[in-house]
Amino acid sequence: MATQKSWVQRCLTPKVDLPGRLVLSVSGLCWLLVLGLWAILSYGGVVPSMFLPTPGGVIAAGVRLASDGTLSKHVLASLEVVLIGFAISSLVSVPLGLLMGSFRIVQAFLEPLVNFIRYLPVTSFVPLFILWIGIGLEQRVAVIIFGVFFQQLVMIADVSKGVSKDLLNASYTLGASRRDVVLHVLGPASLPGILDTLRVTMGWAWTYLVVAELVAASSGLGYISLKAMRGFQVDVIFLAIAIIGLLGLITDQLFRLLRLRIAAWAQ
Amino acid sequence: MGAVAKKPYIMPALSQYAEVAARLKVDNVSLRYQSPKGDTFTALDRVSFEVPDQQFAVIVGPSGCGKSSLLYLTAGLNEPTEGEIYVGGRKVEGPGADRGMVFQGYTLFPWLSVRQNIEFGLKRRRLPQDEIRTIVEFYLNEVGLAKFAEHYPKQLSGGMMQRVAIARALANDPQILLMDEPFGALDSQTRLQMQQLLLQVWGNSKKTVVFVTHDIDEAILLADRIYVMGARPGRIKEILDVPIERPRNLDVVMEPEFIRMKRHILGLLHDDMEEVH
Repeated sequence: MATQKSWVQRCLTPKVDLPGRLVLSVSGLCWLLVLGLWAILSYGGVVPSMFLPTPGGVIAAGVRLASDGTLSKHVLASLEVVLIGFAISSLVSVPLGLLMGSFRIVQAFLEPLVNFIRYLPVTSFVPLFILWIGIGLEQRVAVIIFGVFFQQLVMIADVSKGVSKDLLNASYTLGASRRDVVLHVLGPASLPGILDTLRVTMGWAWTYLVVAELVAASSGLGYISLKAMRGFQVDVIFLAIAIIGLLGLITDQLFRLLRLRIAAWAQ
Repeated sequence: MGAVAKKPYIMPALSQYAEVAARLKVDNVSLRYQSPKGDTFTALDRVSFEVPDQQFAVIVGPSGCGKSSLLYLTAGLNEPTEGEIYVGGRKVEGPGADRGMVFQGYTLFPWLSVRQNIEFGLKRRRLPQDEIRTIVEFYLNEVGLAKFAEHYPKQLSGGMMQRVAIARALANDPQILLMDEPFGALDSQTRLQMQQLLLQVWGNSKKTVVFVTHDIDEAILLADRIYVMGARPGRIKEILDVPIERPRNLDVVMEPEFIRMKRHILGLLHDDMEEVH
């Protein structure tokens, strides 16, 4: 597409769209730079291999762990913790958040406490959880829930607060009862915002996973990182980090697709 | 409007509301707000008037005269501080499907198609599916949107959205249709089209309409009777019958009677502004 302004000018103007190819190449360039820097530092021997593995080394570690089945075992263990914790948290926070955003009384009751708990560092509760529920799966799931639930609650309450009052008024004049308004108006109107919240908090769930697994676990990606540290296997630590990033990216894209599918009207 | 089907439709749902002389009766209604500082703001001050059955009533007034508040009170979305409102002889005590409303902003449900938006009220009333279908088809044709039944609100223009909103309100067969500056956000061309469409739909349905606007041309073009309001406090200043014959088209704005009325109403509103300054 021919434009009057030069590319340089367009790149330096705020909020001006650029051709797709340019955007793609710039995104690729960033990755190349990071990977290139990594390659130079590791292959060039600038940083000793004890602290920084080579890209090839990480891939080799991946192949090694994948072939004997340990990798899939730990990936599945981590996925299990994240998905169970995230699902339990979401199943409660979505309805409760909607109520909190829609009914002033629920908000008055919950908000002060929730806002207090929300700022407590999750990590400080890990010892307490170990004391209370041991070091099994339940403990790790509890860390995820604790990390995600209160944030979800506040974000979903905000989503439902944002639903236009006009929309509710219109449904009342169409004969909707208060129950109808909650089920048939507030619910669907909040759906895109709910999915956005779930998408963002899913990312946080992955963050808390490592916290949970570093401290007390016998499987999972956080656990193998810790074990690798003891054995100076930096390549395995890098591998675990890369896989967590990749899994996070996949779940993020799944939520994006889900939103496109079931809330296409909001795009 | 060529877009509107001219087929001789029979109204699918027959109004079975009580015969009353005044479809709407506003009886000594006041609305006062307490500001956070503690002083009282009087939005409506002892307003009384009646709207006869099947009339097209238009309320005009400057902003802040409480004309929209009056509609919200009639719809039951807000409560008067004093006084009562009766629709079809029954006191208003909350919102209900017997008082349809079209709002100034776009209030279609964005997750529902045009058809599903019009169905919304009918489904809440649990009408049989085939009856719902007949009613929806009828009103889709009334507002000329039969081809857009499966479209979603984001695919429609502002004028089309308001047409759906009108169809959605009328599909419930309400006693009275309340319209709060429904064409206020539209461009002037679309606005003129919508006024013609509304007159046509009203001619077919003979609903009692209470239409709020600050546009004097719109008021005279549409109304059987105009209720001119003044601000601070909000009150009815004068009630005027519009003696211009129907059907009216856009040429009425050039008729001497139209110009005479417009001048008179402008004078009334102007007095009100002088009082303010």
